Amino acid sequence: METVDIGLWGVPLAILGGAIRVSTPFIFVSLGECLTERSGRINLGLEGTLVFGAMSGYAVAYETNSAFFGVLAAAFAGLLFGLVHGWICKFKGVNDIAIGIAMMLLGMGLAFFFGKPYVQPVAPDLPAISFGWWSSIPQVQAALQVNVLFLLGGLLAVFMTWMFRATRVGLIVRVVGDSTDAARAMGLDPDLVRLLATGVGGALAGIGGAYLSLYYPGSWNEGISSGQGLMAIALVIFARWSPANCFWAALLFGGAGALGPALQSVGVTQGYYLFFAAPYVLTLALLILTSSTERSMQGAPLELSLTK
Amino acid sequence: MAASDHIVGRGPNAGARVFSGLMPRAEAVAIPLGALLAGFLAFSLFLLFLGKSPAEFYGLVWKAGFSSAFSWQNTLSRVAPLIMAALCVALPARLGLVVIGGEGAIVLGGLAAGVTGTHVAGPLGMVLMALSAMVLGGLWIGAIGALRIKRGVNETISSLLMAYIAIALFNHFVEGPFRDPGSLNKPSTAPLDAALRVGEMPFIAAHWGVAAGVIACVLCWILIDRTTLGFAARIAGDNIRAAQVQGLPVGPLVIGFTALGGAWAGLAGFFEVAAVHGSANASLIAGYGYTGILIAFLARHNPLAILPVAVLMAGFEASSGLIQRRMDLPDATILVFEGMVFIIILLSEALYGRLRIFSPGYWESR
Repeated sequence: METVDIGLWGVPLAILGGAIRVSTPFIFVSLGECLTERSGRINLGLEGTLVFGAMSGYAVAYETNSAFFGVLAAAFAGLLFGLVHGWICKFKGVNDIAIGIAMMLLGMGLAFFFGKPYVQPVAPDLPAISFGWWSSIPQVQAALQVNVLFLLGGLLAVFMTWMFRATRVGLIVRVVGDSTDAARAMGLDPDLVRLLATGVGGALAGIGGAYLSLYYPGSWNEGISSGQGLMAIALVIFARWSPANCFWAALLFGGAGALGPALQSVGVTQGYYLFFAAPYVLTLALLILTSSTERSMQGAPLELSLTK
Repeated sequence: MAASDHIVGRGPNAGARVFSGLMPRAEAVAIPLGALLAGFLAFSLFLLFLGKSPAEFYGLVWKAGFSSAFSWQNTLSRVAPLIMAALCVALPARLGLVVIGGEGAIVLGGLAAGVTGTHVAGPLGMVLMALSAMVLGGLWIGAIGALRIKRGVNETISSLLMAYIAIALFNHFVEGPFRDPGSLNKPSTAPLDAALRVGEMPFIAAHWGVAAGVIACVLCWILIDRTTLGFAARIAGDNIRAAQVQGLPVGPLVIGFTALGGAWAGLAGFFEVAAVHGSANASLIAGYGYTGILIAFLARHNPLAILPVAVLMAGFEASSGLIQRRMDLPDATILVFEGMVFIIILLSEALYGRLRIFSPGYWESR
C-alpha cells in the first residue's frame, strides 16, 4: 500500500489504531481477572496463563491449520490453569498471591518448555474486519483493521456489566466476593463459586494470549508477553472492578502505549524510551488522582485479600 | 500427687514432655521439607512422563548447585540479589503491604551506582556508589509507601507500575545521557574503574554481596523481632486500625519499612553492577525482583528464613545450563521444576496445625 502524507493527523490516527490493536489482550485478561476478583480471590498467575495461552493457541492453530481451534485450545488451557489455582486456594492458610506468582512461573515454564518446536513455523492468523473501506487513505484503513476478538471483548464487557447487575449468576458471584459467611448462610458454596470464577477467568486470559500469538504481534516466541498479564491485573484495580471500566482502561492503556511509535513516525525521536513509560505514568497519575484515604478502594470486593 | 505435678509442670512422662515442647518447632521444619520432597516427586513424574530420568536430573542439580566448592561458587554468585529482592517484599509485608515492584528499585539502584562510579574514586567512592543506590532504591519504594499512606493508593498496583516506569527510565538514561560511547552492541554506562569493583570474599569464592545479604537479613530480623519498632510494625501488620487507635505511628512505620526494603533492593543493583557486570546495562533487568517475591512468601516474610530459600533457588538456577546440555532438555525445564516445587510448598501451608503428631497434646496424652 502506498502511504499518503497526512501530516500530524497521523499521530491521533496511530494512537487510535494502536489502542485497538494493543488493548485486546488487556481487555480479556482484565475481564477474566475482574470476574475472579469479584468472587473474592486474586489470581496473579494470569501472566503465566497468558503466555501458555499464546503458546498452546499458536501450536494448535499450526497443527490444525485453524486459528479458531487455536483460540479454543488457549481458552481450554487457561481454564485448566485457573481451575488449578482455584482448587489450591480453597485450602485454609494458602496465600493466593504467592500461589499466583508460583503459577506464573509454572505457566511460563511449561509454555517455553513445550513451545520450543513452534518458534519457527508459521500458524494461520486470526481474521480481522476492515472498517476503513469508506476511506481511500491507507493509514486510516490500517488503523481501522479491527480483529474479531477485540469486538468480542467489547461485547463481553457489556455482557459482564449486565451479568453483575441483573442476573442470578452475577449476584451469586458478588455475594461470595463480599462475604463468605453471608454466602454460606444463603446456602451457596463459596469455594465452588470461586473455583468456577477463577477457571473462567483463566480461560479468558488464555484467549488474550492467543490474540498475542495469532494476531498481534502474530508469532510465538519466548518474549511474546512484556508483562501484559500482570499489568491487566493492575488495570482491574484501576477500573474499580467494573467490567465496562476494564474495557476503557485497556483501551486507554493501549493508546498511551502507541504514543511513542506514533510520534516517532512523524519525526519525534527524542526520549524514545521514555515514551514506553507513557501508559504506566498515565495510569499511575490517574490512580493517584482518583484515590483517597477516606473512601479507599470503592467497589472492592470485601473478601479480597489484596485490599482487606 | 497429680495436682502438685501439674503445678510444677512435670508430666507423667519426661520423654513425652520433651516431644510436646519440640513439636511445634519441628512442625515448622518438617512441613516445608516434606513438601519439598513431594515437589521433587511430582516433578519426577513429569520427567518420567517425558521419558527422562529423574535420578539424572537430581544428580545434575546436586552436582551443579551444591556438590563442590565450584558449584557453591556458582550458586552463591546468584544469591545476593535474590536475598535483597526478597527483603524488599518481606519488610513491607510485615506491615500488611504487598509490594511486587522491587525490580524497579534494583534497576535504578544499579543505574545510580553505575553513574556515581564514573565520578568518584577509591574506597570512599565505592561507599558513595552503594549509598546512592540505596538512597534511590529507598526513595523509589518509599514513595509507594507514602502514596499508600497519604493518598490511599494501592501499593501492589503502584509498585508494579513504578517498576515499568523505572525500567523505561533506566533504558532512557543508559541509551542516552549516560551511555558510554564505547559500548556499541550493548548500551552501558562507562566501565567502572578496577578499584571500584567489589571483589571476592576470602575462603568463599563469592563476592561481598553475599555477606551483605546475610548481614541485611540478620539486621532486619533483629529490627522486626527484637525491637519496639518491629513490635509496633507487627501490630500494625495484624490490624492497622487497632494500631492507629493505640497511637502507633503507622504512617512513618509504613514509609520507613517500604523505604528500607527499597534500599536493600537498590543495594542489590549496586552489587550487580560493581561485582558482576562492571557497568550498568540491560543485564540488570533479570527478573530478580519477581523471584524475590516468591522467596519472601516461601520464607513467610521471615528475614532469617529468606537465606536458605534464596540459596535453594539460586542453586536450582545455577544447574539450568548443565541440565540443558546433558539431558537435552529446554532451558525452561528449571522454571517448570521451580513452579511445581513452590506450588506444593505453598500448598503445604494448609497443613500447619492440622497434623496431630505436631500438637503438644498428642504427646502429653500418651
